[in-house]
Amino acid sequence: MTTIESKGEKATRQGFSDALLELGKENPDVVVLGGDVSGSVKVDAFAKAYPDRFFSVGVAEADMMGVAAGLSLVGKIPIASAYGEFAAGRPFDQIRQSLAYSEMPVKICASHCGITVGPDGATHQSLEDVALMRVLPRMTVICPCDYLETKRAVKSSISITKGPVYIRFFRDNTPMFTDESMSFEIGKANTLIDGTDVTIIAAGLQVWEAIQAAEVLAAERISARVINMHTIKPLDKKTILKAAQETRALVTAEDHQIHGGLGSAVAEYLAQEHPTPQEFVAVNDTFGESGKGAELMKKYGIAREDIVKAVKKVLRRKK
Amino acid sequence: MPASNPHNSEMRDLQEMARQIRRDIIKMLMISQSGHSGGPLGLADIFSCLYFRILKYDPSNVTWPERDYFFLSAGHLAPVWYATLARAGFYPLSEMSTLRKINTRLQGHPAPWYTHGLPGIEIASGSLGQGMSIAVGAALGLRMDRKPNHVYVLHGDGELDEGQVWEGIMTAGHYSVDNLTAIVDRNFCQIDNRTDKVMELEPLADKWRAFRWNVIECDGNDISDFLVAVEEAKAIKGKPSVVIAKTFMGKGVSFMEDDYRWHGVPPGIEQGKQALSELEPTKFGDFVEFEWEKQVAEVVK
Ligand SMILES: Cc1ncc(C[n+]2csc(CCOP(=O)(O)OP(=O)(O)O)c2C)c(N)n1
Repeated sequence: MTTIESKGEKATRQGFSDALLELGKENPDVVVLGGDVSGSVKVDAFAKAYPDRFFSVGVAEADMMGVAAGLSLVGKIPIASAYGEFAAGRPFDQIRQSLAYSEMPVKICASHCGITVGPDGATHQSLEDVALMRVLPRMTVICPCDYLETKRAVKSSISITKGPVYIRFFRDNTPMFTDESMSFEIGKANTLIDGTDVTIIAAGLQVWEAIQAAEVLAAERISARVINMHTIKPLDKKTILKAAQETRALVTAEDHQIHGGLGSAVAEYLAQEHPTPQEFVAVNDTFGESGKGAELMKKYGIAREDIVKAVKKVLRRKK
Repeated sequence: MPASNPHNSEMRDLQEMARQIRRDIIKMLMISQSGHSGGPLGLADIFSCLYFRILKYDPSNVTWPERDYFFLSAGHLAPVWYATLARAGFYPLSEMSTLRKINTRLQGHPAPWYTHGLPGIEIASGSLGQGMSIAVGAALGLRMDRKPNHVYVLHGDGELDEGQVWEGIMTAGHYSVDNLTAIVDRNFCQIDNRTDKVMELEPLADKWRAFRWNVIECDGNDISDFLVAVEEAKAIKGKPSVVIAKTFMGKGVSFMEDDYRWHGVPPGIEQGKQALSELEPTKFGDFVEFEWEKQVAEVVK
């Protein structure tokens, strides 16, 4: 089995921040909008480097989406930043009408997503954002897995000139395990580990958990394929179909509600194309609570042990 | 390329065009038998002024970089915009008869030209309250590039109940965007009742002033008064301006005037005929008679 090593830890939101600095230098049309959480979502470095291209709109996420649409209309490339819950949930109707229906190429960059945001508790744990964004026509949804992938996702999103992009990332420092030698293309999943018995399709922080789970399983002679599904919409159907046909059992894993996220996206597709036994590792239709990210992952059933359990369960259903 | 408004009409023509727009609105709604009558009729004078005197645009080139930006935030007012866009040369007059029908570019609420809407529509509206933020974004972007284009956004007064409008108003005040002019259609009517019954807005002018805006109040059914107000708004530097234009819902049709119950319903065929008899025909002529007659006949059947 291929082993994938962590080369230290850094936050995905730092990848966002570093991407902005590079974009600021490369493209004078890039503008950034902040909503009074500039330090925590890490747009402060851009604001400092390019003060004329940073707009504070106050604690007003609905307004932020509209201002971004207007900036986009006159030729700017706006990057709207907020915490996940307030980037997707609060301004949903604004995103729907002014960005998606109107095809505005605005980048919505959502930090502090998922239950792993931790101590702030349920109000700040956006567990529905992928579902909300994924159902919008003309929307692209990306959930990168580590620092570098977040940086690359943000940078590549600039090439999307029609319709909005939602990029979801996280607060905590997490393992860095992707490198420049791996390709990154929006809409194209990366198979990180080859395997023949089962496939684990993961997004975001669960990609690292899936890699760890695959190692545990390998020791028990279960060969698990691990796919990093960084783009949830448009879904890389080819890679999913191939995995379903070759391994005939799937587990999806994400830091999101069980309904409407990556697992649903995969199941919706396969139900039509190639029905395959699937287990869902996700937050099970409940709200979170305060705690440390790692503690919450365990308590709410989205850690590596849960992936291992789900694999064993799906293997029993495999035909 | 027009250096200013491509029509630059005289006062008398603006008045006559407003009447023609009212006739068009009635006919469109008679044919569609669906859509909003009251607000659009009240705004015909303002739209005549905007498209035949004030705005800079080229109807044959909707992406002309020097154009002014106009946003209709209250998308349900579409019929007055659609009639005006046809009259201003953005699309054929006869297409007005397709309002709200399958495959039309005249969607129930405005869709942008680059998806499935009419030329001249920059962005979607219909869900109320979003236009101010968009206008502020456009104004900020234009100002960054030191461009002279002016941005206009039109709101209904009931629409001002939406919190997002005030977020945008605050943002515009904070950034002192003086290339932005807002227009409020102050007809004191919304769906459920008069505005003071649904949600009191007064003191409305003071609210805008408190958000660092320059406020001009005028009669929105008086063309010369409105033109002067917009001139003044554009001349004010250092802060955004709002023109609070008092209008009458249903203006021009006796049985609709100042009655909130005409907010969202079309005239029936007999009511439509009555309305048209009150709005004298103009030199501009109605849009293709036989087509709409035929369709009205279908509706009546
Ligand atoms: C977000 C949203 N909520 C509700 C509606 C339904 N709605 C359409 S028009 C309207 C009233 C608007 O009143 P006003 O702006 O005064 O327009 P007028 O009655 O003068 O035409 C409402 C509530 C809507 N279109 N969007």
